[in-house]
Amino acid sequence: MSIENLKTYDPFAEADEEGGQTVQTQEYIHIRIQQRNGRKTLTTVQGIPPKFDLKKILKVVKKEFACNGTIISDEDSKGMGEVIQLQGDQRTKIKDFLTNEDEGLALDEKTIKVHGF
Amino acid sequence: MDAEAPAIQRRVSRKSVAFTDEKLVVDADGNVTMVPSPNDDSKDTAMSHTPRTPPLSAALGAFTDASQAPVADSADGATAPVDGSLDLTLKKKKKKVVKKDDEAEEGDEAAAPAGGEDAIDLSMKKKKKKKVTKEDDEFAKKLEALNLEGKEGEEAPAAISAEDGAQEGDMEKGTGIWAHDESKSINYVPLLSRFFVLLTQKNPDHASSGTRSYKIPPPQCLREGNKKTIFANIAEICKRMKRSDEHVTAYLFAELGTSGSVDGARRLVIKGRFQQKQIENVLRTYIIEYVTCKTCRSPNTDLSKGENRLYFITCNSCGSRRSVQAIKTGFSAQVGKRRKMQQG
Repeated sequence: MSIENLKTYDPFAEADEEGGQTVQTQEYIHIRIQQRNGRKTLTTVQGIPPKFDLKKILKVVKKEFACNGTIISDEDSKGMGEVIQLQGDQRTKIKDFLTNEDEGLALDEKTIKVHGF
Repeated sequence: MDAEAPAIQRRVSRKSVAFTDEKLVVDADGNVTMVPSPNDDSKDTAMSHTPRTPPLSAALGAFTDASQAPVADSADGATAPVDGSLDLTLKKKKKKVVKKDDEAEEGDEAAAPAGGEDAIDLSMKKKKKKKVTKEDDEFAKKLEALNLEGKEGEEAPAAISAEDGAQEGDMEKGTGIWAHDESKSINYVPLLSRFFVLLTQKNPDHASSGTRSYKIPPPQCLREGNKKTIFANIAEICKRMKRSDEHVTAYLFAELGTSGSVDGARRLVIKGRFQQKQIENVLRTYIIEYVTCKTCRSPNTDLSKGENRLYFITCNSCGSRRSVQAIKTGFSAQVGKRRKMQQG
């Protein structure tokens, strides 16, 4: 006879795994908007997982949204990681792109946070 | 039966954040719904409420026409008012017919046990709906007489009684399915509506607190010059939410990706042009994130700095305590001339 609770549950292994998972889920992708002069705006996308190539993403996105954009390097963004910066209000478009499973990155919608008004 | 589903959903979604003037209601998931006029007291019958549930109201409208005609006929003789006080004789007749129908129904049900419920609806609808519409009126009036003082509670019972309309029998009078010696099992939906009717009757306080949407005064936005927006009543709103000005300000700045200052009259000056609607949206997310209790959705919460620099929300109505994320500004690109100055 065995006690099932103790048998299946290895506290340390589980904790490690869970810790890793929570860290991943906490790393949100932030989509923000910033006002420039007049009615111009900037959209910034922060926290795209490093497994993706930002340059390639930017190339596709620029063509698709018909806007210019740039990648802000880690040092320029003051420790915020690499940030994609797009011209204009591309928040909904970039969100669709990030979550699209066929033509986008197929990311989970829950990991994306859209900020701004 | 399916006419009641939207009514129930509406009731759920009313638990929400709203700006008093706007009638824009957002529930905790962030869904925005337009409520025509939650505080309208001018409505006095269930009929005037029913448009909120389109399918049911359509059905009721179709049947009231039919019921109004015979009433008008009899009213010629009795000189009775058409709408409110329908003559009792007619009702008695109706009820008898209903009873007969009931029995016929039970036969039907025995014959077709699988589609029994549908059969009830189809064959009963005509007689039932007629009777129910006028009883509904009285019922709603009674309820509203009870709940007139609580203007938010006023709406719920009416919606419920409208729901009740699709059911057979009157709960208060003990007819139809509510009869004492009725052996037929009562469906879930009428039982549920009965629960809410009783709850609002016996304990109006409780019921209204559950359905109330959280209201704060709408933010007042003024334009200062060309590039600055003044958020005039931030102090009032913060007081209403029981949050410190600094916290709300920090959140606003972080979300809007801008900066600003507080002027002499404790108004907030935000850099950039912002519409009232945009500020509203940000406040709404703030309330969802930092004000409402995630467990019981009550806005009656306190925000306090706990140990090790974490912020905690403590709910005053259910006692739950949870940590909330600190406000992070995130990346913000340098815009404008300052950038050149910094580099050069």
